[in-house]
Amino acid sequence: MSATGIGAPVRRKEDFRFITGQGQYTDDVTRPGETRAVFVRSPHAHAKIKSIDVGAAKKMPGVIDVLTGAQLATDKIGNLICGWMIHSKDGSPMKMSAHPALAATKVNCVGDAVAVVIAETIAQGKDAAEKVKVDYEVLTAVVDPAKAQAKGAPQIHPDIPNNTIYQWHLGEKKDVDAAFAAAKHVTKLDIVNNRLVPNAMEPRAALADYDAGTDNLTLWNTSQNPHVARLVISAFIGMAPEHKLRVIAPDVGGGFGSKIFIYPEEVVCLWASRRVKRPVKWTSDRSEAFLTDAHGRDHVTHAEMALDANGKILALRARTIANLGAYMSTFSSSVPTYLYATLLSGQYNIPSIYCEVDAVYTNTAPVDAYRGAGRPEATFVVERLVEVAARQMGIDPADLRRRNFITAFPHQTPVIMAYDGGDYNASLKKAMEMADVKGFAKRKREAARNGKLRGMGYSTYIEACGIAPSQAVGSLGAGVGLWESAEVRVNPTGSVEVLTGSHAHGQGHETTFAQLVSERLGIPFENVSIVHGDTDKVQFGMGTYGSRSGAVGMSAIVKALDKIEIKAKKVAAFMLEAAEGDIEFKDGKFTVAGTDKSAAFGDVALNAYIAHKFTGAELEPGLKETSFYDPTNFTFPAGCHICELDVDIETGKVDIVNWTAVDDFGTIINPMIVEGQVHGGIAQGVGQALMEGAYYDAAGQLVTGSMMDYTMPRAHDLPSFHVGLTETKSPSNPLGMKGCGEAGAIASPAAVINAITDAIGTENIAMPATASAVWTALQKLQAPKAA
Amino acid sequence: MYNFTFHRPTTVRQAAGLLARNPDGKLLAGGHSLLPVMKQRLAQPSALVDLSLVEGMTGVELKGRSVVIGAMTRHADVANSQVLKDVMPGLAAVPGSIGDPQVRNRGTIGGSIANNDPNADYPAACLGLGATIITNKRRIAADDFFTGMFSTALEEGEIIVKVSFPVAKKAAYEKFKHPASGFALVGVFVSKRGPDIRVAVTGAGSNGVFRVKSFEEALKKRFSPKSIEGMSIPATGMNADIHASPEYRAHLVAVLARRALAKAND
Ligand SMILES: Cc1cc2nc3c(=O)[nH]c(=O)nc-3n(C[C@H](O)[C@H](O)[C@H](O)COP(=O)(O)OP(=O)(O)OC[C@H]3O[C@@H](n4cnc5c(N)ncnc54)[C@H](O)[C@@H]3O)c2cc1C
Repeated sequence: MSATGIGAPVRRKEDFRFITGQGQYTDDVTRPGETRAVFVRSPHAHAKIKSIDVGAAKKMPGVIDVLTGAQLATDKIGNLICGWMIHSKDGSPMKMSAHPALAATKVNCVGDAVAVVIAETIAQGKDAAEKVKVDYEVLTAVVDPAKAQAKGAPQIHPDIPNNTIYQWHLGEKKDVDAAFAAAKHVTKLDIVNNRLVPNAMEPRAALADYDAGTDNLTLWNTSQNPHVARLVISAFIGMAPEHKLRVIAPDVGGGFGSKIFIYPEEVVCLWASRRVKRPVKWTSDRSEAFLTDAHGRDHVTHAEMALDANGKILALRARTIANLGAYMSTFSSSVPTYLYATLLSGQYNIPSIYCEVDAVYTNTAPVDAYRGAGRPEATFVVERLVEVAARQMGIDPADLRRRNFITAFPHQTPVIMAYDGGDYNASLKKAMEMADVKGFAKRKREAARNGKLRGMGYSTYIEACGIAPSQAVGSLGAGVGLWESAEVRVNPTGSVEVLTGSHAHGQGHETTFAQLVSERLGIPFENVSIVHGDTDKVQFGMGTYGSRSGAVGMSAIVKALDKIEIKAKKVAAFMLEAAEGDIEFKDGKFTVAGTDKSAAFGDVALNAYIAHKFTGAELEPGLKETSFYDPTNFTFPAGCHICELDVDIETGKVDIVNWTAVDDFGTIINPMIVEGQVHGGIAQGVGQALMEGAYYDAAGQLVTGSMMDYTMPRAHDLPSFHVGLTETKSPSNPLGMKGCGEAGAIASPAAVINAITDAIGTENIAMPATASAVWTALQKLQAPKAA
Repeated sequence: MYNFTFHRPTTVRQAAGLLARNPDGKLLAGGHSLLPVMKQRLAQPSALVDLSLVEGMTGVELKGRSVVIGAMTRHADVANSQVLKDVMPGLAAVPGSIGDPQVRNRGTIGGSIANNDPNADYPAACLGLGATIITNKRRIAADDFFTGMFSTALEEGEIIVKVSFPVAKKAAYEKFKHPASGFALVGVFVSKRGPDIRVAVTGAGSNGVFRVKSFEEALKKRFSPKSIEGMSIPATGMNADIHASPEYRAHLVAVLARRALAKAND
């Protein structure tokens, strides 16, 4: 291993500019003559718009224009769409409501935009926004998804009865019912997977610039996938033809899924810029972010597991209601279906699984993918069921897991996925050693002496990452393919630029991708630049989410580098006057087999461009190659997290005292970055388990609309993590990578709740398990067991 | 934020004069309560009278048997005051528990007390020590000062200049942080100064900071957690929100009182 190659803990190239305040985020980009957009948003969760009067607002100082949904319709700007088709059990297609970027006749959640002020400054825009008079007829709101389906519930979209988007299912109900009927033991759980607000550090932003001379539109925005944004804004919203629209996602400060989607604000900025013929910028403030960023999770589930007398799992069934909010966000339909139910087999050999999912509209913010997207919800169902079943049957939870682990690969689950490799016993064993499970009983006794109830919880999770084989997802309803592209440009001096369709918003691609190139071409790490996030530079790409940039994005780079080697060998053959087949390439040097004749990579690059050693008839000059890589399967990162915590008997406060994470991510490019991803993921999962929760009151007002009420995890809420790795290579991509971005968030909530329920001796407790909730649960138990 | 005029007086008199001439004006201390609501356009003062250049409003001094703290003294300066740590570390711990470093380096004792947020920490210390709030017009006993959530005995245009805390032999603060905001979900300040025993609670009551007379009575025999073992306060009148039920808050009052007593006796 070289100091900067694959496997080296290289410091992140990009961090210098980030920590010295020199990053270029969308809000940092300024254009001459820039104006500011301020949105007028609905204060009501559900209301008819009777009229909008912009007359007074237009007369305010500094106001350039005030635009409404009616004008948007006149200009034939299309609706926002959801790009994944799901069919109900009865074969009918999902019911997608209209979603105009500015509501014209009806608002369906607090924060729904009804008008936009374009002004010289934000302050002037805000002053004018207060003068826009909107006459609302307030309607009854519904925020609870089960109530939204009930008879007599307020109807949110006119053509969609019972507010139900689809009633989907997966698996063989008949087989599952038969297995349950014959089972010795059945464990049942009611689970709420709490709604979360993503809270990326950088709020969403958009800057649109219309060039009247060329009729071109440029959009800078906070996107995880600028090419997909361009495609949707062009093909579905009809803003401009694809070749007349450039989308740039410069430095982006965190996404966690929430910046995958196409949002109303960027559509409105583009449209407004063309109307006012000046650049239009909008940067969300934190309050707007709470109301309008797509939220995550929000499932209500009843789940059951059937086991035989020996603790062998026979079947699993789950019935879930997924709250998708007021409108269907870009990929919302896929999250509670193909990203969820397909993972209900966990790491276990479960012969039959059946899952039913109803997706429902409510008067709340749209819900879509958030770090893990569907897989945390699935892991929580499976890992809670396994833990509770073990306790009910008097079997050690680790042992029950072992009895059911899949050990032979490939393994076809009953819910679509074909696991291609892994070693679940290895990660469990290593985690149990690192967590000193043997010494737990003693530590528990010591804790009891200090008024603490100590508990331990496991989560042996699996996820499907490296999203995804295009044909497979196409057959499941995806509107796009999920391959990735790479272009490797070798400069005449031998330095290299890699243009990738992946997009970094915290992941460190400028470092890890350069490590790959440095290793493969044997050139210094410093001689490699990674270019991403600009549709004028990178031809096309699918962006970053679903832990796909390593497994899919880097695989595309590998393929392009293979082609570079082939072409460079041809050049070297002319230079070294040898047959192409005799040229070998190693450590940055081309040699003629069996001789001491060689040429350095840089010399070959130069010769490729000066083209003095070959004629145009023999070889094309230049050294630049492109590849589109479509994966053959998902990847299946898996592992074991163990949480050890104390519950303060008097206050119910939970303190995590020890966290062990042993993950199998396949090949590791940069262990330091991987560890950072695991830390961040666990922090988010612990946040969900103990602290975070978005609450709407009955009228549809977001009660947790700021950091004063919505509890984000802080550094002092978390212990130092013990992180370890096991490694089985993914057989489905050239580097053997599996992905690490979401694992922490997927694994950890179940580990925390398993540990709390172990500590206090209950079967279940809802997330977030705040001190108040844990104390209340303790009161319900007659005598808290203190030993 | 709406527009306002900005004034920087150098004396308390000038400040009072400016307030009198700007009936919709507001004093600005650390700005950590006032500026957020202005930014959200929830407050619209026509003028801000900034107290940061006013002389004689900062510092922590021991004067006889009292610690006197200037109204413009930042939380961090009170928390780190050696004078205070020597005579009454229990009081120094109160500003030390507020917010984060940014808040502690800007927020002031005068601003905190004038604002009387029902979850703020200082009001518990003032009531729990029987402090005297000294304004440009008069001296107000803490027992008369805090009149309900976000409301105080301050009159229009009245300026807090200092706060005087009698030195108690035993004093301690125990805070259970609100999980999101870091304010006190419940905070209990206990003190013993000769026969004067005080137990003051912030965060819990729907009417702001209050004293627990039943605990104070029980502690007269012995100032020890044992004396209030098994005692509780009713949940009626406690705040209810998504973070804690009234029952939980009432329960925490007793738990934190016992913990504060143990700390005070340490
Ligand atoms: C993120 C955050 C976390 C916080 N956490 C906590 C916490 O944990 N505990 C806690 O107790 N507080 C907390 N606070 C509040 C903080 O302590 C504030 O600084 C304090 O409440 C107000 O003090 P200030 O000096 O900032 O006053 P300002 O905001 O400047 O003023 C507040 C009010 O008091 C008036 N005022 C100011 N000075 C005087 C005076 N001398 N005489 C009369 N009226 C005056 C002003 O006109 C205004 O109405 C937090 C604040 C923030 C932003």
